[in-house]
Amino acid sequence: MSKNIMVIGEFDNDQISETTTELLSGATKLSAGGSVSIVLLGTSSDLIASQAFAAGAHKAYISSSGDYDAFLADKWVNAVNDAITKENPDLVLLEQSSIGRDLGPRLAFKLDTGVAMDCVSIEDDDGHFKATRPCFGGNARAVYSFEASPAIATIRAKSFEIMQGDTGTGDIVQIQDTSVSKVTITNREVFTIEGLSLTDAPIVLCGGRGLGGPEGFDMIQALAEAIGTDKAALGSSRAACDLGWFPVANQVGLTGKVVNPDLYIGIAVSGASQHMAGCSGSKTIVAINKDPDANMFKASRWGIVGDYKEVVPALIDAINAK
Amino acid sequence: MHFVVCAKQILDPDTPPSAFKIDEAKNEVIPAPGIAPVLSQFDGIAAEAALRIKEKIGDVKITVISLGKGSAQAAIKQVLAMGADEGLLLEDDAFENGDHYTTALVLSEAIKKLGDVDAVFCGRQAADWDMGQVGLGISQLLDIPCAIIGKNVDVSDNKMTVERVLLDGIETVEMALPAVVTVSNELGEPRYPKLQQIMQAAKKTVTKWNLDDLENLNKTDVGEAGRKLKLEKLFIPDNDSDVEFIEGENAQEKANNLVAKLREAKIL
Ligand SMILES: Cc1cc2nc3c(=O)[nH]c(=O)nc-3n(C[C@H](O)[C@H](O)[C@H](O)COP(=O)(O)OP(=O)(O)OC[C@H]3O[C@@H](n4cnc5c(N)ncnc54)[C@H](O)[C@@H]3O)c2cc1C
Ligand SMILES: Nc1ncnc2c1ncn2[C@@H]1O[C@H](COP(=O)(O)O)[C@@H](O)[C@H]1O
Repeated sequence: MSKNIMVIGEFDNDQISETTTELLSGATKLSAGGSVSIVLLGTSSDLIASQAFAAGAHKAYISSSGDYDAFLADKWVNAVNDAITKENPDLVLLEQSSIGRDLGPRLAFKLDTGVAMDCVSIEDDDGHFKATRPCFGGNARAVYSFEASPAIATIRAKSFEIMQGDTGTGDIVQIQDTSVSKVTITNREVFTIEGLSLTDAPIVLCGGRGLGGPEGFDMIQALAEAIGTDKAALGSSRAACDLGWFPVANQVGLTGKVVNPDLYIGIAVSGASQHMAGCSGSKTIVAINKDPDANMFKASRWGIVGDYKEVVPALIDAINAK
Repeated sequence: MHFVVCAKQILDPDTPPSAFKIDEAKNEVIPAPGIAPVLSQFDGIAAEAALRIKEKIGDVKITVISLGKGSAQAAIKQVLAMGADEGLLLEDDAFENGDHYTTALVLSEAIKKLGDVDAVFCGRQAADWDMGQVGLGISQLLDIPCAIIGKNVDVSDNKMTVERVLLDGIETVEMALPAVVTVSNELGEPRYPKLQQIMQAAKKTVTKWNLDDLENLNKTDVGEAGRKLKLEKLFIPDNDSDVEFIEGENAQEKANNLVAKLREAKIL
């Protein structure tokens, strides 16, 4: 049965976000020939709408008002609500991003419906949506069905494969919202990422509490330089971030970033489920740990048991030796 | 002023994966033998945030609320021992088998009934289901502002200031009271109660409300009847890969062997 699916879009200046493109592909598949719409809020939303049409959307609910350029969740929720009221979708998809985390539950409670957060897949099971999401710190998966409509889900990056859209055009509908936010943003600092970002890097080298101090990360940085800083980026466990050894923006895991690189090397990281929740999708996992029973080894393809202070410099030499 | 801290008792999230078991017929986690339930980590941090503000501005009453079976009293007692003033347990068979929607609904009605609440402190997510929606739900149902994932929270001049952790930055927001905040571990460690405080908390009586005490709610609003999400299945994913330990006489040999394997697999 065909379905009507709405995606809440995100974009950065003039470029639709990769995850939003993934959501449009996923929505196209799930719609089974039904309709796919997108909501775009902020100055360049009309420009982004054409990118969304190319990626599979048939209709865009937009407002180009600059009032949406800063994300104010309580204002956005009213704008999205206007689009939902007009479109009456069966399913609303959001990114599991700083925006989606904030907006998804607000929408659900405004519309008296349910939201499944941080989903890794959505299926149409005989006309009913089923959402699968990790829980219990990554130890388990839960599958939910929805007992109210619309179904709402926030989706983890890289959960849907990007398919070629039908590069068509679509209808643009203007959103009506005159609400005023009750929240004022007084300061905003965006971390500037030097070079490769953690979520884009094909190789992630992640350090943990077992490094014993921030200088351990210097050693890992040297390994990244040997591999090539165009390929390798540094991550950290929460324990190391909490100790102030490495910036929080690089935390990998349930409450940090989710990475799916080709190669993930965990160095002096125990591999707690909440950490693995952020890296278990990596194509190849390697662990370096002095404890052969460390949980990280269980998810790894290869492992070296040893002191990282010896293993990491040896790896640098091995790479440089060619 | 009157602050509310929402606290949930959960199975210990530090249970080793080997001891983590699921009853697939019941879709429930089987509590690991010998590992006691705990106060959800972020809720201790929410209490810490509220207590720091109380210490700074004085004249604040902190009520800790938990929805759950009688065992949730332990979570309440722990926050009382940290320094909260009053405890409130929301317990009724009718609340069972609900979801995050019904949890937020019952909590918001209890907060309404308290009447004079200026600020609500929640954890960013309960460390069992990792959902992260109850704090936002309470704010939406009470129609008051909310800021999520706070690393610093302050209250003064009838407004709340929250420094928020974003995936790629930090943001500071201000909102008029009453307001809801959800807090994250970046705020810092929760205080550890002293023995004397634990003993005092043990003696404090915890108020109990059931469905009848929440006049606006009916049986059909809560628990299984009111839920919007149904848990169809709970399972342990199979993600064990057979690890190959790299052999070698010393670290250098092991490193050489690993690099050779990675090159062979065209990963490096
Ligand atoms: C709700 C919740 C959310 C969480 N979210 C996250 C998250 O997003 N990300 C995250 O990472 N964690 C998260 N955690 C924390 C998680 O449970 C672990 O506590 C944390 O990941 C442990 O970090 P670690 O592996 O660096 O430290 P530890 O567990 O202390 O492990 C250190 C490891 O280093 C090894 N080691 C020590 N010295 C050496 C040496 N010289 N050479 C080699 N190896 C050595 C040890 O054998 C050990 O295995 C969360 C927890 C909860 C409850
Ligand atoms: N049963 C409950 N009783 C009291 N507070 C709760 C309960 N469930 C959730 N909360 C609060 O809401 C936060 C977010 O929970 P959740 O949406 O379940 O991830 C928790 O950190 C608590 O502060």
